[in-house]
Amino acid sequence: MMINLRDFGAGIWERSGRPVRILIALSAIGVAASLPLLGGTFLKTPIADYGSVLVFPVAIFVIMALGLNIVIGKSGLLDLGYVAFFAIGAYTMGILGTQTGLNTWEILPIGIAMAMFAGLILGVPALRLRGDYLAIITLGFGEIVRITALNLRSIGGANGIVGVPTPPKIFGLEYTFDNHRLYFWTFLIIILLTIWMVRRLSARRAGRAWESIRQDEDAAELMGVPTFRYKIWAFVLGASVGGAAGVLYASKTLFISPDNFTLQVSILILACVVFGGMGNIWGVILGAVILGYLPDRIRFLSDARLLVFGAVLVIMMNLRPDGLLPRKKREKPLPEKNNS
Amino acid sequence: MLSNFQDQFASLTVGGLSLGFIYVLIALGYTMVYGVLRMINFANSEIFMYGTFATILVIRDVFGFTQQSEPATGFRLAWILFLCLLASMLMSGILSVLLEFVAYRRLRNRGSNKLAPLISAIGMSIVLAEFMRILTDSRYVGSPRVMEKKVLATFLGADLRLDNVIIVVAGFLLFIALSQFVKRTRLGKGIRAVSMNEDASRLMGVNMNLVISGTFLIGGFMTGAAGFFYVLKYENTSFNIGFELGIAAFTAAILGGIGNIKGAFYGGLALGLIETYASFFLGTQWKAVTVFVILVGVLYVRPNGIFGEAITKSRA
Repeated sequence: MMINLRDFGAGIWERSGRPVRILIALSAIGVAASLPLLGGTFLKTPIADYGSVLVFPVAIFVIMALGLNIVIGKSGLLDLGYVAFFAIGAYTMGILGTQTGLNTWEILPIGIAMAMFAGLILGVPALRLRGDYLAIITLGFGEIVRITALNLRSIGGANGIVGVPTPPKIFGLEYTFDNHRLYFWTFLIIILLTIWMVRRLSARRAGRAWESIRQDEDAAELMGVPTFRYKIWAFVLGASVGGAAGVLYASKTLFISPDNFTLQVSILILACVVFGGMGNIWGVILGAVILGYLPDRIRFLSDARLLVFGAVLVIMMNLRPDGLLPRKKREKPLPEKNNS
Repeated sequence: MLSNFQDQFASLTVGGLSLGFIYVLIALGYTMVYGVLRMINFANSEIFMYGTFATILVIRDVFGFTQQSEPATGFRLAWILFLCLLASMLMSGILSVLLEFVAYRRLRNRGSNKLAPLISAIGMSIVLAEFMRILTDSRYVGSPRVMEKKVLATFLGADLRLDNVIIVVAGFLLFIALSQFVKRTRLGKGIRAVSMNEDASRLMGVNMNLVISGTFLIGGFMTGAAGFFYVLKYENTSFNIGFELGIAAFTAAILGGIGNIKGAFYGGLALGLIETYASFFLGTQWKAVTVFVILVGVLYVRPNGIFGEAITKSRA
């Protein structure tokens, strides 16, 4: 018997009244916000600086995994080129940040808009195709974006863009390169906003449409759900979150190059989503935290750490194919029908 | 540029065909597994990479070739090449079966989550690549030269080099052998039945585990042969070559219609040629982009690939 933590947690949440819910939410946020202060404990990462590991990869992975979850987990579209939107956001930040006087918060909406636009351009032809082809086309798109960035001299080519500006001061707090805590807390706010957006959307018409598309697209279409339009919506929303993550990433690392945007990133984010539990935002967050953090925590294995990482993926998927925190039972799809 | 292209056309075609046959064989690995399991075998690129290493191992350690030694000729050369091919195919075939056992078997029958096997295959692909990276110290491994790459003949201004000729001829023979195998043998019939309708074939008493293991074995054989040809053509390998070739071969499989053996053949050849021509005009750095643009274009017009997915009809 597998203990279903997800249903257990959801049960507590659904039984509680509003004050208890607020209390739970606040304490969860409190725990998350205090993470950067726990660097001295067993959480310590041996080689990389603990604070910086929390910002990248952990926080960035969480944002991206939440975005990809809209596409894969909510509406069941397999996107293997998610890194493209991340790259587009990062390059928007890189180009506008170095060449114009705009600051990070002004570029953020532009980066999101660019990523959404790219999502629309890619999505309109690609989403007419069947699932497996969507996977390969998005994969190709991710590579096209990377190779284009690699070959265009005007945006730095293989050298990338150096000297991307940090966000401007707020409340007298300065975003210096090694002020990881401030970055973490800023990103935490973005994460909370994303969670809020996904939760609101899931409860409404869009969420129900995605759910029906994921479970059975033909039936959804017959019931009058404009499936194509909602698939585009899911795709574009996912892209927007990826773009936002890209802008923030560029503004944190201050240096971007095409090497940061390889297919491996897409696959890693996909692994976060599936590993944690597709379709369930808490599972996805947990997956992203673990997969972002683990390679740095086990750095004492030095050379073999990626090998161990791969083995962990295999073993975990065999033991819990639905992820660490699977979606609610009633949201699981019906057994696949035989199409032939 | 264009007249230059006309001069070069024949020799580009020869190079493109030999690259194309490497793609064909890897694409067969993807397409066979997809036909039976409806799943992208993400670790196939690593299976290919181990095939290249098996060839180099035989050349270097079994026959004791070094960078300075004389290339072999005549019967001895044929014998060496045959053993290399055999070693690569066995290595990849066995590895492929093991992969199925570790990454797919337990997950296969649960069916509820299609992505779980994908992730565990990705995990296996990381394990395999990292293991080889540690073994080879992240270095490129060069192959000693076993044969002189003589020009056998010139045809319409193209040099028919020995390695390219071997690849094209042997690749074609392997492809024929595979399609005959699928067409005529009992296991081949099982593979076709499962890809046609899994439930019905189970009801008819097809041994699913056997058929699936067999598919992985044969797909691995083909992918391993591609590894041998790769070393023959480029004379080096490294732990990370699988990725790029795997993506290209997968594109080839889709181009022809995935799950379809004939599709992998034509898709692989088309991709090899297109890639070679495109890098002549645009430079090698853009070739991956051209490939994908063509893929998107083809899928837009013919969403099931050029030859469609009628796996069983075209196989039977």
